[in-house]
Amino acid sequence: MSTMTVSYEDATARYEPVIGLETHVELGTRTKMFCGCPTEFGAEPNTHVCPVCLGLPGSLPVANRAAIEATIRIGLALNCTIASWCRFARKNYFYPDMPKNFQISQYDEPLCVDGWLDVLIDGQTVRVGIERVHLEEDTGKTLHLGGATGRIHGATESLVDYNRAGIPLVEIVTKPVPGTGARAPQVARAYVTELREVVRSLGVSDVRMEQGSMRCDVNTSLNRPGEPWGTRTETKNVNSLRSVERAVRSEILRQAALLDEGGRIVQETRHFHEDTGDTRPGRSKETATDYRYFPEPDLVPLAPDPAWVATLRAALPESPRARRDRLQAAWGLSDHDMQSVLNAGALALIETTVAAGTTPEAARKWWLGELSRVANETAADLGTLATPSQVAELQKLIDDGKLTDKLARTVLEGVVSGEGSPAEVMAARGLEVVSDTGALGAAVDEAIAANPDVAAKVRDGKVAAAGVIVGAVMKATRGQADAKTVRELVLARLTG
Amino acid sequence: MSELIHKPAAELAALIAAGEVSSVEVTRAHLDRIAAVDQRVHAFLHVDAEGALAAAADVDARRADGAALGPLAGVPVAVKDVLTTKGVPTTCGSKILEGWRPPYDSTIVTRLRAAGLVILGKTNMDEFAMGSSTEYSAFGPTFNPWDLTRIPGGSGGGSAASLVAYEAPLAIGSDTGGSIRQPGAVTGTVGAKPTYGGTSRYGLVAFSSSLDTPGPCARTVLDAALLHAVIAGHDPADSTSIPAPVPPVVAAARQGATGDLSGVRIGVVREFGGEGAEPGVLAAVREGIEALVKLGAEPVEVSCPHFTYALPAYYLIAPSECSSNLARFDGVRYGLRVGDDGTRSLEEVMSLTREAGFGPEVKRRIMIGTYALSAGYYDAYYGQAQKVRTLITRDFTAAFEQVDVLVAPTTPFVAFPIGSRTSDPYQMYLADLFTIPSNLYGGPAVSVPCGLSEGLPVGLQIMAPTMADDRMYRVAAALETVVPAPVPPGL
Repeated sequence: MSTMTVSYEDATARYEPVIGLETHVELGTRTKMFCGCPTEFGAEPNTHVCPVCLGLPGSLPVANRAAIEATIRIGLALNCTIASWCRFARKNYFYPDMPKNFQISQYDEPLCVDGWLDVLIDGQTVRVGIERVHLEEDTGKTLHLGGATGRIHGATESLVDYNRAGIPLVEIVTKPVPGTGARAPQVARAYVTELREVVRSLGVSDVRMEQGSMRCDVNTSLNRPGEPWGTRTETKNVNSLRSVERAVRSEILRQAALLDEGGRIVQETRHFHEDTGDTRPGRSKETATDYRYFPEPDLVPLAPDPAWVATLRAALPESPRARRDRLQAAWGLSDHDMQSVLNAGALALIETTVAAGTTPEAARKWWLGELSRVANETAADLGTLATPSQVAELQKLIDDGKLTDKLARTVLEGVVSGEGSPAEVMAARGLEVVSDTGALGAAVDEAIAANPDVAAKVRDGKVAAAGVIVGAVMKATRGQADAKTVRELVLARLTG
Repeated sequence: MSELIHKPAAELAALIAAGEVSSVEVTRAHLDRIAAVDQRVHAFLHVDAEGALAAAADVDARRADGAALGPLAGVPVAVKDVLTTKGVPTTCGSKILEGWRPPYDSTIVTRLRAAGLVILGKTNMDEFAMGSSTEYSAFGPTFNPWDLTRIPGGSGGGSAASLVAYEAPLAIGSDTGGSIRQPGAVTGTVGAKPTYGGTSRYGLVAFSSSLDTPGPCARTVLDAALLHAVIAGHDPADSTSIPAPVPPVVAAARQGATGDLSGVRIGVVREFGGEGAEPGVLAAVREGIEALVKLGAEPVEVSCPHFTYALPAYYLIAPSECSSNLARFDGVRYGLRVGDDGTRSLEEVMSLTREAGFGPEVKRRIMIGTYALSAGYYDAYYGQAQKVRTLITRDFTAAFEQVDVLVAPTTPFVAFPIGSRTSDPYQMYLADLFTIPSNLYGGPAVSVPCGLSEGLPVGLQIMAPTMADDRMYRVAAALETVVPAPVPPGL
């Protein structure tokens, strides 16, 4: 362990990082990869199992066509070439969460190869090469009891849940990404973010990192400028977008400090620790490093019909990037404003709100303003607070003069706390703008009578003083009057 | 009763269908025979008398109701212990699976049940089907009814012995390198390996996935063909199952039984005609071929130059696949678990379980296969063996351009004395010298009785192109008309 500390700026000035990412995406197919068991998350342990996904003696796999289709679509969306012929392979190693003690995966014949994904960093495009996209089966989950760390070592008992065993898993491997310098951590994060968007746009996975339906391993190496690439480490347990960035940064710092001391980087698997933000050597989960891959003899080769692939290609949805560009232009947003929308995760919400008849400005104002504030305060998902149609309705009430901006905020509060639609909340809480000019007139007259000095000033031409009377009217109507209307009434009475 | 057990399956089925005898009577006759002789033969690892009688009673009831029954309905069958049977122990002849009761039926067993066959029990075998003598069963060897001091062949020695001991009229085997045919040859019974993919492997505990083929064992060619027709056909649960109609094997067996082989070209494999086989075996096979020629077949000598590399290629491919297939036996989910005393690591428990649960031959093959698949050795061993496999397939393809079937001895030697080959694995492996090429190619092959040598049965092997299983049945049935199956001495 190095005792020296290096600043990130120093580290990236002296060394050039090369990163690479391996991302696993659990597909949202109805059934598992090689059997008919359901894939739902959160069922009672070992209830979604059968002889095949338990690897019982004699059982055989049958490939899930929907999973193959989803993988091809991911490959196409990542600009890959789709193999005309490929095979599954067995990856052999012993671990109790693997029912057969081998994983059906793909090895030297992946389904999709040689693509790319562009990511935008500070307005600049970085092209990340995609080495391969392949299909495999997920393992079960082990729970180790009695140990200090929750790891198998030191545990007194281990429980295995095979519900996840056999869920289709797509592995997306980038080519090494050199030349990003100090921005390497940002590039890593931006890549995973963009990849998530792409996969989500295809509707093939819910890509939730916190539930493990999207998991990421980050490879990092450093080299001095002009020298060959260094030895890489592989960091696992990177379970959020923020962690992706932190893990690369931390690994750059660690390796730089070690290299500065004249140390040597060991090719190893490391674990990222969310709490401390550093990486530590992981005990490799497999005991063997030689997986003895060989073609899976229980499955026939996969030869996707080119016509089928062409159909899938033609039916691909608009890419997330094209969609963003289109919406940004349509809404007339600056790059900075667009970034705020994306950071808030409000793109689709605003798009739907606009589609419901709200102006882009108004839609953005509600989602990035009041609603984002509540989301941040309550750590809630923005989309769970209100629906785009509710926001559109709220804005329409303002546009129709039934709510003032201020009242609308109160109404929105009611909507967020589940009191109903904006119109219902407005009615139930009696928040509608007092637009009855008779009632307002009486309130104005009262206010003028109560403030004779001010009224005199206004009459003398000091129009600005009218604010005091307007304020009094607003107070009297508990804010339910439109301030602009009140002001007009006041001025009409005093100067008309 | 005693005449019932000597009848072929086709005849029993006809008697049951005609109501002259009930399935329960037939089943009970065989269960009685098992009770009387199996202590000496040890063909069975598990006898399911209760299940068998219930199944038989069910067939009888359905018959009484006038339901349409299949051509083998009510006939008992013995099933090699490598096929899963729901709720009935399935050990594969291994300690590591002792006590395991599968929660599901294999496709073959499902089809047997659906066709009204009565499953008597599970037959003995070399552990995980690795062996040629049944001596590698963890539960003790099976003894050849022809001479109880000799082996009944393997790995399916139990199935073959049950037929020749008249414990069962039909049996199911599995053939990875000869495990149906070689026991058939040394017990004087008929053993057929269908086209790979012609019979489902779902529920067949895997030894070598690209070679394993379940198939029928019987005392007559027609019985084997009838059983073949029951178990064969596409199974969506097995990705390697062929989605095509079952070749007309029963019609072919009936056609062959007319004794006319005119127009059939039989290829005599030059490479399997001389060295490596006992003179008595070669002489009996020569006579068999001459008999075929007398029936009108046209003999053609063909060369299959790569057949001589089949044995070494097989002993890389099969162990490689088995090293992976048998990895699941680790004590975590089912079967034996050794050393789980709270002080040992998971890895130690897995290791101790496998150490205690597997026998020496299984361990040997796991070691060979693990080595052959290792980084740095893969190309030289597994990769090279796959190339040989391709060359052997080309030999077959070329040969079948000249001839309809190929003939050769089934195995180089007659039943050998128990214990005589266990000390030298290679001597044991030689038993499969002539059967392995068909497994590597995937085509069907049958062993049919072809006289005696030194008073012990010899088998003639007939090999056919993939999905032309009917051809071998025709030739086999024709041979049977002139070279009847030898009758074993009484037990």
